[in-house]
Amino acid sequence: MPDSPSGETSATAPANNHIQILDRAFEPSAMYQAMLATDVHHGALVTFTGMVRDLAAKPVNAMFLEHYPGMTERALEDIIAKARTRWVLGQVSISHRVGMLYPGEPIVFVGVTSTHRREAFEACQFLMDFLKMDAPFWKKEFTPDGERWVAAKSSDCEAAKRW
Amino acid sequence: MIKILLFAQLREVLKCHRLEFPLSTPLSVAELKSQLAGRGDLWHLMFAEQEVLVAVNQVMRDNETMLVSGDEVAFFPPVTGG
Repeated sequence: MPDSPSGETSATAPANNHIQILDRAFEPSAMYQAMLATDVHHGALVTFTGMVRDLAAKPVNAMFLEHYPGMTERALEDIIAKARTRWVLGQVSISHRVGMLYPGEPIVFVGVTSTHRREAFEACQFLMDFLKMDAPFWKKEFTPDGERWVAAKSSDCEAAKRW
Repeated sequence: MIKILLFAQLREVLKCHRLEFPLSTPLSVAELKSQLAGRGDLWHLMFAEQEVLVAVNQVMRDNETMLVSGDEVAFFPPVTGG
């Protein structure tokens, strides 16, 4: 078992940014409800949830998520700040798992509120595209054939370049 | 002295998460990488033959970045979160 960064850390530096690095399973619907409950000023709420896949062709028993405590929170704050220069956003909420994960468990939740849907949709995609390129997380898959670090995809870099 | 942190494959293959590196004069990231590559075959494999990203004081930087005493320098493979 690789070294595991233990403990939950979170940083919330502008009040409307909510960033959480979680070392145990979380419920995206709770994040969604929290955003819904605290924001009456915006007409649009867009969320994205990424989950651990277990594909028949590429079976995965478990996944280990490593990160760089300190830099992770900072990188996510920077990505949100970048998004806020492009769109007028209300709340931005990012939760990301670390540690051991199993198929079906959420890895990442991104939620954005804005006045209109277009901004919220675009900002949510922007945040995910940059999270995948700039936030210091690394995945290791445990498969029936052994364990392997997931290789970065060039398509992820291309996705961020379109902005 | 600078603090060097390694993550993911680098940490695992080199069996090292953190090391202190004496620094008498300013050094570029590229120079530090070539010094680390000289520590042995696996270090060469990780630092001279693969893509390695670098963060200095928790911000992504590049090979030309100059390092000074007290810096926290992290090396890691391209990220795969989300």
